[in-house]
Amino acid sequence: MSQQMAELKFTRSHEWVRDNGDGSCTVGITDHAQELLGDLVFVEPPEAGRQVHAGDACAVVESVKAASDVYAPLAGEVLEGNEALADSPELINQDAYGDGWIFRLRLNAVGDLAELMDADAYTAFVEAEG
Amino acid sequence: MTQRTALHTEHLAAGAKMVDFAGWDMPLHYGSQLEEHHRVRRGAGVFDVSHMTVLDLAGPGARDFLRHLLANDVDRLKQPGKALYSCMLQADGGVIDDLITYYLGEGRYRTVVNAATRDKDLAWIRHQAEAFEVVVTVRDDLSMLAVQGPNARTLAATVLGGEAGMRALELSIFQAVELGERFVARTGYTGEDGFEIMLPNEEAAEFWRALLAAGVHPIGLGARDTLRLEAGMNLYGTDMDETITPLECGLAWTLAWEPLSRDFIGRKALEHQRAEGRLRRFVGLVLEDRGVLRGHQRVIVEGSGEGETTSGTFSPTLGMAIALARVPAGTEETCEVEIRGKRLKARVVKPPFVRNGQSCL
Repeated sequence: MSQQMAELKFTRSHEWVRDNGDGSCTVGITDHAQELLGDLVFVEPPEAGRQVHAGDACAVVESVKAASDVYAPLAGEVLEGNEALADSPELINQDAYGDGWIFRLRLNAVGDLAELMDADAYTAFVEAEG
Repeated sequence: MTQRTALHTEHLAAGAKMVDFAGWDMPLHYGSQLEEHHRVRRGAGVFDVSHMTVLDLAGPGARDFLRHLLANDVDRLKQPGKALYSCMLQADGGVIDDLITYYLGEGRYRTVVNAATRDKDLAWIRHQAEAFEVVVTVRDDLSMLAVQGPNARTLAATVLGGEAGMRALELSIFQAVELGERFVARTGYTGEDGFEIMLPNEEAAEFWRALLAAGVHPIGLGARDTLRLEAGMNLYGTDMDETITPLECGLAWTLAWEPLSRDFIGRKALEHQRAEGRLRRFVGLVLEDRGVLRGHQRVIVEGSGEGETTSGTFSPTLGMAIALARVPAGTEETCEVEIRGKRLKARVVKPPFVRNGQSCL
């Protein structure tokens, strides 16, 4: 497990979540997910101001081969999408946990973060998924 | 049980991500589909296409049989080694498969059909062959490698070596030569120059390794699809199938109407459809808004009606989304494609999108 992953929470649909400490979080797809998808060529982040529920499909990442939904990990309001992805979707392939972030969310309830998997649990989940 | 080609171990050694394709365990990519795509456009790549089915047709009735079976006319093949692209049709004109047929010599032909259609093709061919003096032999003992790209012929000729290499380099486009147990054809599915090489299964791995050592990169099925789509080449099962005739999937050029006396399967239905007119057009689309085109998205043409994309992708060479589409008669320069509920603007173009590494737009 990488140092980066230790600071993050994870969903079963392969999003990662970073607690920004100010009631907001940053969301992306995991390194495992980007590797499965292959070369990404288009990303459509959610628009700022949108209210989302946990599990809502709210962004789309497209690889050369297929389109995949990205789900909101928790309920909240979208603060911004990562504009850099419009010209450089490959940032997700190159740096999934850093420059490849997809959107920021103001959480309805910060305590909900505790519902998500930590890095150890996610690693075990991925291994079990095979 | 998934089938494996003679090169399975080589794919794993090259780091392939393997996927099930039509019952075969095949390489999707060896790390990056995009890089592989560019390697074929800029240098040379090798594809394992041994999952495709090679058939030999031999006997005094072979020529008459193929003239009945195929919508294109094998009588166009005058010189041994010449190849012909054709559709094999149902009586109603629907496409059973598209295939390449090579003329080997008097009463001898070789044809290559798609992997996904193997069983139905064989059943159909054997059934139709009953009325002719022809023996159909499945050549599961052969592997097939496609070496494609601007440097492909030179590098492949080096590996073939000696006189075989020289004879391969002398081939003109869509021509093949038998070199002992090996068969080399100047054909392909990428819009680049290159060879398709058939050889005995037991020689395949060594030949593959020699190609890699010569600087040819292994390329997976993922890049094969983006390359063929840029080249505007149809894919069976998505751009055409049994519900579509060649007249509506951009393959009218493969129909040999002359001589009128040749009664090929599907002829009457095609003549009827052609006479009725108002045929849907098979076109290329280039997305002008941001997004990626995929197969089977709704196409809306102002004033003409609706159609659909038949296959679409992000074009690595052009850096934009492209598609093949079946659209209403009367479609002109623009249309809209519905992607996840949004209508995006697209430009109608004539395929191919890329040929010999250059944009055709």
